[in-house]
Amino acid sequence: MLRIFSLLVFSCMSWFALAENAPATESNTQFETLLAQLPSTKLSKMAPLVDKIAAQPSPQVPELLQHLMEGELYYLKAANELVYAQPNQQQTYDLTSVLKTEALAPVSIYALKKIRTNNRIRGQIRDLLANMYLSNSSPAVRLQAIKQLLDNPSKTGITSITRLIKTEQEKEIRELMSVVLLIEQLEKGQTAEKLAAISQLEGRLEPTVKNALVKELKKLSASQDLSISQDKSELHKALTRAIGQMEQDGDFYQLLDYLFFGLSMGSVLLLAAIGLTITFGVMGVINMAHGEMMMLGAYTTYVIQQTFPNLIEYSLLMAVPAAFLVSGLVGVLIERGVIRFLKGRPLETLLATFGISLILQQLVRTVFSPLNRQVEAPQWMSGSLEINPIFSLTYNRLYIIIFALMVFFSLLMILKKSSLGLHVRAVSQNRDMARALSIKSSWVDAITFGLGSGVAGIAGVALSQLTNVGPNLGQDYIIDSFLVVVFGGVGSLWGTLVAAMTLGTFNKFLEPSMGPVLANIIVLVGLVLFIQKRPKGLFPQKGRSAE
Amino acid sequence: MKFKKLILASSIVATGLMTNLTYAAENIKVGVLHSLSGTMAISETTLKDTVLMMIADQNAKGGLLGKKLEAVVVDPASNWPLFAEKGRELLAKEKVDVIFGSWTSVSRKSVLPVLEELNGLMFYPVQYEGEESSQNVFYTGAAPNQQAIPAVDYLMNDIGAERWVLLGTDYVYPRTTNKILEAYLLSKGVEAKDIMINYTPFGHSDWQNIVADVKTFGSTGKKTAVVSTINGDANIPFYKELGNQGISAEDIPVMAFSVGEEELSGFDTTPLVGHLAAWNYFQSVRTEENDKFIKSWKKFIGDDERVTNDPMEATYIGFKMWVKAVEKAGTTDVDAVEQAMIGIAVPNLTGGIAVMNANHHLSKPVLIGEIQANGQFEVVWSTPDTVIGDAWSDFLPVSKDLISDWTAPVSCGNFNIKTAKCSGE
Repeated sequence: MLRIFSLLVFSCMSWFALAENAPATESNTQFETLLAQLPSTKLSKMAPLVDKIAAQPSPQVPELLQHLMEGELYYLKAANELVYAQPNQQQTYDLTSVLKTEALAPVSIYALKKIRTNNRIRGQIRDLLANMYLSNSSPAVRLQAIKQLLDNPSKTGITSITRLIKTEQEKEIRELMSVVLLIEQLEKGQTAEKLAAISQLEGRLEPTVKNALVKELKKLSASQDLSISQDKSELHKALTRAIGQMEQDGDFYQLLDYLFFGLSMGSVLLLAAIGLTITFGVMGVINMAHGEMMMLGAYTTYVIQQTFPNLIEYSLLMAVPAAFLVSGLVGVLIERGVIRFLKGRPLETLLATFGISLILQQLVRTVFSPLNRQVEAPQWMSGSLEINPIFSLTYNRLYIIIFALMVFFSLLMILKKSSLGLHVRAVSQNRDMARALSIKSSWVDAITFGLGSGVAGIAGVALSQLTNVGPNLGQDYIIDSFLVVVFGGVGSLWGTLVAAMTLGTFNKFLEPSMGPVLANIIVLVGLVLFIQKRPKGLFPQKGRSAE
Repeated sequence: MKFKKLILASSIVATGLMTNLTYAAENIKVGVLHSLSGTMAISETTLKDTVLMMIADQNAKGGLLGKKLEAVVVDPASNWPLFAEKGRELLAKEKVDVIFGSWTSVSRKSVLPVLEELNGLMFYPVQYEGEESSQNVFYTGAAPNQQAIPAVDYLMNDIGAERWVLLGTDYVYPRTTNKILEAYLLSKGVEAKDIMINYTPFGHSDWQNIVADVKTFGSTGKKTAVVSTINGDANIPFYKELGNQGISAEDIPVMAFSVGEEELSGFDTTPLVGHLAAWNYFQSVRTEENDKFIKSWKKFIGDDERVTNDPMEATYIGFKMWVKAVEKAGTTDVDAVEQAMIGIAVPNLTGGIAVMNANHHLSKPVLIGEIQANGQFEVVWSTPDTVIGDAWSDFLPVSKDLISDWTAPVSCGNFNIKTAKCSGE
């Protein structure tokens, strides 16, 4: 959202740039004197100077402040002038002069001195800009501006809102403007006005509104004995009611929040466990290298991003099939090279796959270094979907939920509808009988293992968006995957889905009160108790020979 | 009586022999006790290389006391008990004259008894939680009063923070630091309901709840700040989640104590711009010493992209001090060097002079930097003068009367100024 906003801001800045060629006036010379002070001003003295600059009528002001806020305002030591500078491909900086229009040649960083800002100055500039952008031609910019002002309304802001609200066309912006004015009315008005403001503010969700109401209630309780005046007690009642309503709404959305967190964590668990459930269910192989298959998928994403640096937006889409192929291929190799010689010896396969997992980790460490690799998030995966002021869903988690369900249902379809699925199910139910019916069980084993590993690779693509891509990525998820598989019932896809979502949600509802460490322990203890009662998990395999 | 004399005599002979042995040896041996494999390898390998660089430098200048320096590198593999074993190997078998090593507090605590038993000397280069003072260790990283306390002061006075979230990884450093910070905040009049404390396991990656809690906690209209003692890998998903949930540094700044240039290198820091870190050193500080140090580091390691960081400066200062102390004492004998160390001064890389105090802690400046888009920090605040490291926190009831002073007449790491006694005895 922020990025869209700055894009828009830049587009309107070009509009400002057009208006720039005004003749130098007296105010412009004053503007220039203020600008000249920027390079030598200390950080602690910056705030009043920025205020003074913002008060200038010059049309360059918003552009200047915007660049200052984004850390792109520099001082060119040699030419003694202020410039906007941006790093380019050749390790130098492209310059644009602040006051003059002629082009400047790129220079190295050593020729420049940055005009420094800090959080406070940036916050101050954001507020100042919000005031200026309230009357901007773009509705999105106006909306962002009024949202900024809602949290920190200034005196000039209130005056301009009072003026602008009459002509504002967008309903949402007008509403937010009225909220600012109502809060002002609540703070400064007479009792009757306060009551009117409260009744209009009721049902809003913005934390700012709640804070204003709470503040008012505190002021009221501190100032007077309520029984004396009826007005006051009425005000007290109205405030309490409005705050109570807001708290109720807040609790409701908090619940939704936790639910979303739980489902998103469940989806990650589902992605991690679903490949395991197939191999475990069909072949009875405890694959300790499953986590490393995920790691390979994550590294595939990294390699794809490195190979196509200009296609970051699409790299994840490319990575999904690529990761499936890479991890699936490695899976088939492991099955053909190691596991098939250990058929029916679960402990030996466990040890062998554990060894393979260590080898793969070390291999990745040697090839890619032990440091974590950075996988960039495409634009459509970052930020969050704002549903209302206190409830929003982060895009990356949202996509992962959808993605996990897609993977789940495609696997379900493969196992239910395809002939491969039929063979897989036959082998998992009764291997000898299947072989008697001329199903090549060893071929099915290899394909199943490849499929399970490939799905793990896909999970790795999703995980690369959430956590560190490093050699230890797999280890962090292998235990959770086994928990889900055992809890859900070995070999049952639906069991895996239900188990993953249950564990995820349980964890996320426990976490706020218990903390992440204790929540994990409680989930584990619960699981141990559950396994005691139902050793075969939620959805045990059915059938005569299923053990 | 006779027996005592015998011991005295034999110990004199033994010392004589030992000194003879050291003199007979061709090189002065410097032990390097840093993990080169395992989870800590990422950070600690850099420090091993720093020591090697310093040794190469010193040898190029003609060595020390007319002898060459020789590095003895061992790998305790991020395995805490192995730190004790490898430390013993360095002291008993390799007979090193000094050790540079350790990163995590638990590794330091594990090698400590060995150092005291065999009378070794170790330089510890990382910021830590304090509440410790050993005659055999020189602490060249920051104590809590050289990092945590000034950082909180900055948030309080310059940012105007009124509500506090203390987030940490679940182990000794964050827990002790947060205990000190909580006591400090309460003493400054912050109400208990305005402090939220939360611990997460190492490598925690699902930050949704916690970040949402921070957001709610910070939405009451009072300025809120996060003080983060989150360590290692967990930081990246944490900052990512902050960005995704729309918490910018202007709304709720995060002040980190364990995030430096090395941790940020190779990572897109654009969404992190403005978040803070408190250290005694930043690579971006322009001084002549620092420029020289960065240049020689890049040349030594053969990679222009490599960054420098605070524990490297601490290693640099520690090494320079040890060299000066050996020259002053004229020997590498541990007891002589230990006494010679106190009062030794070496220029900091960021300006000013680092002095080794009688409590085995340094005087250093405290800097606060904001993360920039290029992964470097820009200093936004610094202490006007250097701050003396305090081994025992003044804000915890158990340690507020304790001081450490390894010079006569006190000569003790935990001297109680009320009872005028060493608590350990």
